[in-house]
Amino acid sequence: MAKYWNEEIECMSREDMTALQNEKLVKQVRHVWDNVPYYKKLMKEKGVTPDDIKSIDDLHKLPFLKKDDLRECYPYGLLAVPLKDCVRIQSTSGTTGKRVVAFYTQHDVDLWEDCCARAITAAGGTSEDVCQVAYGYGLFTGGAGLHGGSHKVGCLTLPMSSGNTERQIQFMRDLGSTILCCTPSYAAYIGETLKEMGLTPDDINLKAGIFGAEPWTEEMRQEIEKSLGLKAYDIFGLTETSGPGVAFECCEQNGMHINEDHFIAEIIDPDTGEVLPEGTKGELVFTSLDKEAFPLLRYRTRDICVLSKGKCSCGRTLIKMTKPMGRSDDMLIIKGVNVFPSQIETVLLKDFNATPNYQIVVDRVGNSDTFEIKVELTEDMHTDTIKSIELLEKKLSADIKQILGIKAKITLCEPKSIPRSEGKAVRVIDKRKVYNN
Amino acid sequence: MTIKQLSIFAENRPGRISAITGYLAESGINIRAISVADTKDFGIMRVIVDNTEKALKALKANNCSVTQTNVIAVTADDTPGGMAKIMDTLYKENISVEYMYSAFINPAKNVACLILRVDSNDSAVEALTEAGFGILSEKEMLEF
Repeated sequence: MAKYWNEEIECMSREDMTALQNEKLVKQVRHVWDNVPYYKKLMKEKGVTPDDIKSIDDLHKLPFLKKDDLRECYPYGLLAVPLKDCVRIQSTSGTTGKRVVAFYTQHDVDLWEDCCARAITAAGGTSEDVCQVAYGYGLFTGGAGLHGGSHKVGCLTLPMSSGNTERQIQFMRDLGSTILCCTPSYAAYIGETLKEMGLTPDDINLKAGIFGAEPWTEEMRQEIEKSLGLKAYDIFGLTETSGPGVAFECCEQNGMHINEDHFIAEIIDPDTGEVLPEGTKGELVFTSLDKEAFPLLRYRTRDICVLSKGKCSCGRTLIKMTKPMGRSDDMLIIKGVNVFPSQIETVLLKDFNATPNYQIVVDRVGNSDTFEIKVELTEDMHTDTIKSIELLEKKLSADIKQILGIKAKITLCEPKSIPRSEGKAVRVIDKRKVYNN
Repeated sequence: MTIKQLSIFAENRPGRISAITGYLAESGINIRAISVADTKDFGIMRVIVDNTEKALKALKANNCSVTQTNVIAVTADDTPGGMAKIMDTLYKENISVEYMYSAFINPAKNVACLILRVDSNDSAVEALTEAGFGILSEKEMLEF
């Protein structure tokens, strides 16, 4: 059984990796400078030119790219190749505001799928395996990424997409799936369903699971491993940087190896932007090294984690990142979907012509997220009839679903009933414990 | 001729009706008619009081979400068929009733008072008056 998908890269010495990164970074910066006027302007504002970037030691000289920049540039502003050279887009969910659309050339798709192939191989996958991909297919990167990676490895790929859980289990049994790829909460849900169907892990043949796209804890890992009888591996990525596979877990299951030949990771102080030394907790920043269509230099992920170098017992020399320990912004990941409170505010403003006091309450019941939006109903929002309030509730619910892509329970409550802290309503109550800190 | 009604939005949880009626009591306000419409999660308490302005102030001071609506107080014989006659009159004039409830007041022996919320106050008042029903003014509501 092959232990590595690309041993040369995955076990490369630090000197060789640095040399490779130096060479690629110089080229990537030049590519961006020549083709992305928006970032060129940011560089000029900071007084940096491609000539200043000779190695990865110069990386800190480059300006950061933030989610707001992506938003401002939507859709083509950061595209670095002619559209005719692109073969694919993927996108985050949501219909307005914070949506991210990423472009791929064939080279970019190959690079991405290669990263996913490394993750599958690290989880023990080979061409002998049956890989059930139960991430959502479509614009979401989860399905496409692991699907492509599974093909590369040569697994028999089951493009299930998410949902229809009993059918998932039936395929698992009928075709003897050995690897499951989905979100951790969906994996946990499959585990519960298996039990409800009166089955045990002995009735299925899974040996490994590759679970990502949302934060999850060690407790959840143990639970999933027990309920499905497999080893659960984390995988990390974001649409902005291509999708899952930017980093992946190995047999050690204690942190994810970053595919450093394609992405440089930095940890910064989210307040000052200063680069922090290895081993310090801070915000993760990625720089792509050889992307053609959508290269991102110093992209701030807003995920908080710790990086650590040093050889891993698996033999890989790729730097490791811990599971994200939190966020440096107010983004929530609910049912695998990125949700910003500001998106909810936009809907409220539209439906009420004013922003009423509101509170987002997120919890995890069993292994599924619950999502509730409490809204204080002021007198200008209702009349004397039940009907008018129910219509309002319905409209709000539909608009939230349309903007976020997920449903929220709308609870209308009395004025001043949402607790204030120092006069300000607490906007988000996240009762889930999704981060191990 | 209509009278003012206050509608208070209330969450459907123990103690809310008690609290809201308590705010009115503290301000010395007398309730002349009341109804509560409820759903699983919330309700609307509708009241007609002897001093609307004062009640509105007291409720708002206690963070209640209150709206004001004009409704009709109609009197009818407190005998079998009294109610049916009112409804028949409105139906014939194509007037829809959103909701209705009875008031606490007793204008005279064997006379009942009904609070009506219809889609058109003007046409309803006209039709009911023409049909011989009594319509109470705000002043009259206080007198009984």
